[in-house]
Amino acid sequence: MRKYTPKDNVQAKSYYTDRFHVTPRVPRNEVQSGSHFADVVNSFKKLAYESYVELGQLVIHIKSSDNIKVLEILRDKCGYTVCSELSAVDYLARDGEFEVFYQMLNMSQAKRVRVVTRIKKDEAIESAASLFKSANFAEREMYDMFGIVANNHPYLKRILMPDDWVGHPLLKTYPLQGDEAASWYEVDKIFGKENRDAIGPENRDPAKIDRYDTKRFSRVGYEVPFGTDITQGEKENDIEYSKAQLADYTKSQKQLDKRK
Amino acid sequence: MQQTNKLTPFFENLNFERSDNMMVINFGPQHPSAHGQLRLVLELDGEKVTKAYPDIGYLHRGIEKMAENMTYNEFLPTTDRLDYIASTSNNYAYAHAVEKLLELEIPERAQVIRTMLLEVNRIISHLFFLATHALDVGAMSLFLYAFREREFGMDLMEEYCGARLTHSAVRIGGVPLDLPKDWTRELLKWCDTVEHELANTYEMLLNENRIWKMRLEDVGVISAEEAQSWGCSGPMLRGSGVQYDIRKEEPYELYGELEFDIPVSDRCDSYGRYRLYMEEMKESIKILRQLVPLYDRSAPQLMAHAPQYISAPKEEIMTQNYALMQHFVLVTQGMRPPVGEVYAPTESPKGELGFYIKSEGEPYAYRLKCRAPSFFHTGLLQEILVGTYIADVVTIIGSTNIVFGEVDR
Repeated sequence: MRKYTPKDNVQAKSYYTDRFHVTPRVPRNEVQSGSHFADVVNSFKKLAYESYVELGQLVIHIKSSDNIKVLEILRDKCGYTVCSELSAVDYLARDGEFEVFYQMLNMSQAKRVRVVTRIKKDEAIESAASLFKSANFAEREMYDMFGIVANNHPYLKRILMPDDWVGHPLLKTYPLQGDEAASWYEVDKIFGKENRDAIGPENRDPAKIDRYDTKRFSRVGYEVPFGTDITQGEKENDIEYSKAQLADYTKSQKQLDKRK
Repeated sequence: MQQTNKLTPFFENLNFERSDNMMVINFGPQHPSAHGQLRLVLELDGEKVTKAYPDIGYLHRGIEKMAENMTYNEFLPTTDRLDYIASTSNNYAYAHAVEKLLELEIPERAQVIRTMLLEVNRIISHLFFLATHALDVGAMSLFLYAFREREFGMDLMEEYCGARLTHSAVRIGGVPLDLPKDWTRELLKWCDTVEHELANTYEMLLNENRIWKMRLEDVGVISAEEAQSWGCSGPMLRGSGVQYDIRKEEPYELYGELEFDIPVSDRCDSYGRYRLYMEEMKESIKILRQLVPLYDRSAPQLMAHAPQYISAPKEEIMTQNYALMQHFVLVTQGMRPPVGEVYAPTESPKGELGFYIKSEGEPYAYRLKCRAPSFFHTGLLQEILVGTYIADVVTIIGSTNIVFGEVDR
């Protein structure tokens, strides 16, 4: 029987699995009373529904609707004046949710707090850009990479990928090899859609090795003169695209790479 | 809307023809003083910038995505390509985050070597900053002088790890090699040279240079509040009068035991930051000189002992069956760190470089986020460029010391 490959997480998986192997967990310590972190937790009252210290940093879990309130308390009452990082983790396959985290820094105490919240798939989160300007770029990146919308963001636009890109690259459903839209993207842009037949799709696999290509790859032990045709009449296979996220970006026939 | 084809490229709904007196110019992404692939769209009123829009992503390689599909050790050489001016700082920041997740004890000699490499990289990076910044502002000769010393620093790195730019000189759990013979002597010689050149060439040329001061003073002013709000770190933050250096405040490796000062400038402008870079190089030299005797005293172990995560030393692998088996599993499957998440900040030459790693106990990181200082410093450009003159734009970009390998990742 063919091995089942999940469609909601197309990332690399470990080949070996050991069903008796139990991975340990990094210890989550309780917040010690009287410490700086205890004061931080106390200032939230009930906004934080879970808090613990993991590897020296306080982690607090909050409701996504409270994020601005919590960040404001952190900044104004607890001295966490820097939002050093903000991003998301894709848990759509497992929980149907994103985990959004804010990494906060208190400079006078040299302490760090991570505020963690969960949002559903099509839910938006309130932008923190009004509190921390660093969230401006960070939220744009989060939107670009995950498609998470930050409400009331001053300029929510793709930042790393081109404006007309299809899909959000850091989602676990995003194909690793590039889908069909990706392979035509630059061809269309530079030469125009009408020239697809002449140009052919872009090879987006940097490790691609064509065993019949005697111009770029040597055949160690079976050397042949440069550029010799060694296909012996064998037909070239059609390019196989990942079926995970096929956009109807293109309707035209796939073109074979017309080398040789 | 423009008609896009190959002759008139698509400029994202930008209208270059305006009915008012404003002019929109497109700076980059191939501008030599943009320090990489920075595209900056500037709206000008005469010579004054009224709006600035930094457009990034021209060097986006999806390094975070690659991290999710590589084992932890496989990913390490990829981190070289973040801040390619000082690769060891990236290697170290990544290794440090994984080690924190694994809660490893690093042997002392490895710590000494790592700290040495980090400081050598800091000087190399700062010399590069000085050279390119001076070149941008118009001091061509300094570029040549600073690059000369930088070459000697890169020779040191080459002698240690074989590479000049993409070092991969750190491994998860320690360092791969001991220092070559006489390396520390060469290092001390280089320290003397850099110190001498700093005092007698660079500072003599620039510190009181009339043109240099006119170009840099009161240019690119960032207040302390602004700097914190924009997530500035490193010299950008200390140049605004906030004394925060992760080496001092949240010490890692040997920084807790070493004696060095954190220079601060409350000028908040480009000139203050330039002075800061010079002072930081002097502090790095001070650190390097303290490290040499520490190296001589340390025991020769180079990699941490944690056979379930880190391969045992070669002798053990070749003589003990179980060590060989564990090594085989580590090579073929990769290590499986405990479930958990970690954010480990380090002070790279550019600022706070931290890796957030979320591990689900798989050989692949579930999520890896690289907190790159330059990314946030690029975001800052949209605010500090407004109200300055177009001639100062280049100074400000140079002064933020952004490197696009880590901005775009």
